[in-house]
Amino acid sequence: MANSFTRMINGRNTAVMMAMGAGTLASAFLLSDNTAAAERRRFYPPSADYPDLRKHNNCMALAMTPTIYAHLRDKATPNNWTLDQCIQTGVDNPGHPFIKTVGMVAGDEESYEVFAELFDPVIRDRHNGYDPRTMKHPTDLEASKITSGMFDERYVLSSRVRTGRSIRGLSLPPSCTRSERREVERVVVTALSGLKGDLAGRYYSLGEMTDKEQQQLIDEHFLFDKPVSPLLTAAGMARDWPDARGIWHNNDKNFLIWINEEDHTRIISMEKGGNMKRVFERFCRGLKQVEHLIQERGWEFMWNERLGYILTCPSNLGTGLRAGVHIRLPFLSKDPRFKKIMENLRLQKRGTGGVDTAATGDTFDISNLDRLGKSEVELVQLVIDGVNYLIECEKRLERGQDIKIPSPISQFRK
Amino acid sequence: CLKAIMPFGNTHNNFKLNYKVEEEFPDLSKHNNHMAKALTKEIYGKLRDKQTPSGYTLDDVIQTGVDNPGHPFIMTVGCVAGDEESYEVFKDLLDPIISDRHGGYKSTDKHKTDLNFENLKGGDDLDPNYVLSSRVRTGRSIKGYTLPPHNSRGERRAIEKLAVEALTSLDGEFKGKYYPLKSMTDAEQEQLISDHFLFDKPVSPLLTCAGMARDWPDARGIWHNDSKSFLVWVNEEDHLRVISMQKGGNMREVFRRFCVGLQKIEEIFKKHNHGFMWNEHLGYILTCPSNLGTGLRGGVHVKLPKLSTHAKFEEILTRLRLQKRGTGGVDTASVGGVFDISNADRLGSSEVEQVQLVVDGVKLMVEMEKKLEKGEAIDSMIPAQK
Repeated sequence: MANSFTRMINGRNTAVMMAMGAGTLASAFLLSDNTAAAERRRFYPPSADYPDLRKHNNCMALAMTPTIYAHLRDKATPNNWTLDQCIQTGVDNPGHPFIKTVGMVAGDEESYEVFAELFDPVIRDRHNGYDPRTMKHPTDLEASKITSGMFDERYVLSSRVRTGRSIRGLSLPPSCTRSERREVERVVVTALSGLKGDLAGRYYSLGEMTDKEQQQLIDEHFLFDKPVSPLLTAAGMARDWPDARGIWHNNDKNFLIWINEEDHTRIISMEKGGNMKRVFERFCRGLKQVEHLIQERGWEFMWNERLGYILTCPSNLGTGLRAGVHIRLPFLSKDPRFKKIMENLRLQKRGTGGVDTAATGDTFDISNLDRLGKSEVELVQLVIDGVNYLIECEKRLERGQDIKIPSPISQFRK
Repeated sequence: CLKAIMPFGNTHNNFKLNYKVEEEFPDLSKHNNHMAKALTKEIYGKLRDKQTPSGYTLDDVIQTGVDNPGHPFIMTVGCVAGDEESYEVFKDLLDPIISDRHGGYKSTDKHKTDLNFENLKGGDDLDPNYVLSSRVRTGRSIKGYTLPPHNSRGERRAIEKLAVEALTSLDGEFKGKYYPLKSMTDAEQEQLISDHFLFDKPVSPLLTCAGMARDWPDARGIWHNDSKSFLVWVNEEDHLRVISMQKGGNMREVFRRFCVGLQKIEEIFKKHNHGFMWNEHLGYILTCPSNLGTGLRGGVHVKLPKLSTHAKFEEILTRLRLQKRGTGGVDTASVGGVFDISNADRLGSSEVEQVQLVVDGVKLMVEMEKKLEKGEAIDSMIPAQK
C-alpha cells in the first residue's frame, strides 16, 4: 500500500493528488455539519429504509439482512459512495427464478472493503464458496504455459478471451463523474497509442465516429451500444452516454478494447478459427504492454491479492476472464448428458449473441464458468481441455460410439 | 467514516470540485432541451458546489437532461427538482428555464391560485356527441419531504402512509379505497387496467434517468373513490397526482369535484402539520418545472375528424392556448379523429382561468367541427390570440 501511494504521489499529477487530499478534508468538515438532512437521516431508522426483497432472487437479496443494512447504511467510501447505491440495481431488478443475478455493484475500489459485510457473502455465493477473508487469488498471465491450444476447426469457428481492468484512483462506471470518466478515457487512449507492431491500432470515440465508421464496427461485431439492460441502467452505468465512451482496436482487428462501458476497460482478444493459444498469447502480451504503458505515467490497475482484479460487478472479480469458443456440436448438444458434462468441466454455454441469448442451430458459445480462485492460465487451460473433450465426444457420437461424463473438476487450487 | 446524506444521487459532490469546471461540464452539443439551452459554464461553475439541505446537487438536477438529448421538434425540460429547496438553491439555472417554458414568466412574477369552482362560467354543456370524456388532473407535493427523484425508501413509505391516512378518512362522494401496487391481486389489477386507472413502472428514460423508478413498486399505489370519478396516484412522478374524471362533457362537474376533493385532502394534511408545497411565486411545487403553478391539465377527449385536418388547426389551438395529444396521453397519436385537448399553460394563470380556456376553447372547436360537417367555412370563427 505504501508503495502504490508513493508512486501515486510521485507519478501522477501531484496537484490533483494534493487537491484531492484537501478536498477530502473539506468534504469531511462539510458533511459533519449538523444539517437538516443529517437530522432527517437520523429520524429514519435503518428499518424504515430497509428494502422489500421478498420477491427477489439475486445474490444481494439472499445475503442482505436487517442487521447488515443497519451496520452499513450510514457508511460511505472516501468518494462518498453508499450501500444504497451499491444495491439499487438489485432492489430495482428482482431477478428471475432460474437466473440468479448478482444484484449489486461497486462504485469504487473501497466499496469492497467498506461494505465487505455484504460483498463477502455475495462473493462466496457467486464464486462457489471463495472466501475473500481467508483465501488468496492467483494471477498468472504467462501464456507460454498453455498446452494443446489449437482446436479442430471443423468444430471450432472462433476463439476469444476477454477481461476487464479498472484504473486505480478513479471511480467505477456506476459512480464516476464526467471528468473521472474522461480521465479514464485519456489515460487508456494515451497508453494504447504506445502499442506497436501487431498491436498498433486506433481509437474511435462513440460520440464522434462517422456513420461509415459506425457501420464498419457493427459489421465487425465490435460496436457496443448504450446499455438497455435494466441491470446496468439501474446501476447508473449509462449516465452521460456517450460521453467518454469508445472503442479501440488494432489494425489486424484481433485485439480490441472497450472504454467506459460496464467497466473502465474491457480487453478482448479474438480471431476466427481454433488457435486459442495464439489468442491467449496476444491477450497476455497486450495486457502486459498496456499495464506497462499506464505505469510509465504513474497509473496502475486496481488489484489486490484477496480479490484479484477489481471490477464493477462482483461476478467479474479475480481474473475477470471469460475464455470461449463458438463451436458446432450437432450430436453432443442433443445428448441428454450434455448439461452434466459441461457442468463437470466447469463450462457454461451461451447463445452466439453472448449472455442471455439463445443458440442458433447447433452453434454454441462455450466458456469458463469461474472467474475467481483460479488463475488466467488455469482457466484458459481448463477451457482448452474441456473443449477438446467436447470435440472428442462429438466425434465419438458421429461414429456411433458411446461417451463418458468426466469426473467433476475441483473448485479451487489447493 | 464519512456520513452519507441521502442514498441516491451524486453524493460525492465535493469530490468533484477537485476537477475544473471544463472537465466536469456536460457535452450538450447535440442536445435540444430547456436545460441545455440555459446551462452555461458560468452557471455550472457557480452552482456546482451547492447542495440543498437534503443533499441534492446541480448534477442531480440536470442528469435527466444530459442523458436525454431530446428531439428536434419536441422541447423537453431536461431537469427536475429533488426537493422544494432545489428551486431556490439552483434558481440561477431554473429561473431561465421556467421563464422559457412558461411564456416569459419572470422571477419577480406572482402566481395566482384559484380553486373556487364557482368562478368557472359554464362548462356543463359541452356536446357529448363530440366530447367523449372530461378530466382534470394536478399534482401535489407534501411539504417537508424530498421529491421522487431523491427520496429514500423510508421517506417514500412515510409519504404513502400519510397519503393513505388522509385519503381513507374521506367520506361522502369521496369515500374510497387504496390499492398498493406491490400487493394488489390479479383481479384488482385487471379491474384497474380496464378502468384506465393503473399506472405502470415508468419506462420513459426521461423519468428513469431522473431516478423516479427506483425501488419500484415499493410505496406506490392508487386510490380511487367508489364511484370511480376521483383518483389519486401515490409516488409516481410526484408525491400525489390527483385526477377527477367522467364520461361526457360536463367539465363543470369534473372541476367541482376536483376542487372540493383537493381542498378536503389539503385540510387533512394541514392538520398533520404537512401542508402542500406552495409559494406565491411558483404556485404548487412539483418535480418537473413544467408542472409548476397550477400543475393542472384539464382536458377532454373530443371527436374532431374534420377540424383536425384543417390547415389552421394548429394555429387555432395556439390562439386558444390549448394543446393536443393522442388519446393515450403525452407522446401518443390520435385514434379515429379523437384528440385529447387540454390547456397548454400551467404557471401564471389560475386553475379557474385555465379550465375556462379549455371549456370555451373546446366549445368553439365543436362549433367549428359542426360547421365543417355542413361544408361551411370557419374562417370567421377563428379567434384572436388569447
